[in-house]
Amino acid sequence: MSLLLALLLSAATPSVDYGNTQLPDARAEAQARALMGELRCVVCQGQSIADSDADMAADMRALVRQRIARGESPEAIRNWLIERYGDYVSYDPPLSGATALLWATPVLLLAVGAWIARSSFRKRR
Amino acid sequence: MKRALIWLPLGLFGVLFAVVAAGLMRPADTAIHSTLVDKPLPSFRLGPMVPGKPGLASSDFASGKPRLLNVFASWCIPCIAEAPQLMALKARGVPIDAIAIHDKGPAIAAFLRRNGDPYGAIGDDSRSRVQMALGSSGVPETFLIDGHGRIVRQYIGDIRADQVDQIVRDWAAAR
Repeated sequence: MSLLLALLLSAATPSVDYGNTQLPDARAEAQARALMGELRCVVCQGQSIADSDADMAADMRALVRQRIARGESPEAIRNWLIERYGDYVSYDPPLSGATALLWATPVLLLAVGAWIARSSFRKRR
Repeated sequence: MKRALIWLPLGLFGVLFAVVAAGLMRPADTAIHSTLVDKPLPSFRLGPMVPGKPGLASSDFASGKPRLLNVFASWCIPCIAEAPQLMALKARGVPIDAIAIHDKGPAIAAFLRRNGDPYGAIGDDSRSRVQMALGSSGVPETFLIDGHGRIVRQYIGDIRADQVDQIVRDWAAAR
């Protein structure tokens, strides 16, 4: 992990600002865009980094694009950010003790609703 | 038993009301905290920001003595507010280094002239890479790093005058 960071920081600083410039490879850019839509801007926390105008969001976009261009998987980049900011930074939080209720609630509510309405499912004579 | 059940919806509403009221009355903490507290400082090396002051590397924090790492920028208004507190910390013997986010040398030099310079070293983090590696989400933030390169505490936001004593105590306890 630290080797990766050292490589990142030692790479020649590109003159392109990947915070606001697309990657030349369309497929990589699409992959980066998909990931950016699922990462929360840590400054404007109601927006994804794809939408936010904050400088920090631009830096996070640049990080995502450069790593995708290097061949890292979106999952690896997401996990790197989650390791540092916690689950909250991803709009697709992993299933864990804290998020179990988040994922289970729709199913639970559906089950409760079905139980309340159970008499409606019985055939009326 | 059936008669008692009639109170169930009101009871559930009472629980919901208590949860919402408690949430409304508690002051909102929307800060995102770094998950790296109690973990090793990520390795990094940043070039210098202003002439005469060295850049910053993670190896500087393994010297055996705890240090503060301040994340700041010349365009950051709360950083001006916390400058006197940082000078007070330095006067009480707490060593402070910094990384400057999204900034340029002349602007930082002007900031230091106006607000005082408590820093031993300032690293140039123009793309916020080290800030992101630390799990820091804004400026100003300050990290207390022990002498073995482990992050002990994170202070989010500008350091207020009433926090200075606590920080000196935390620093002394980190030795």
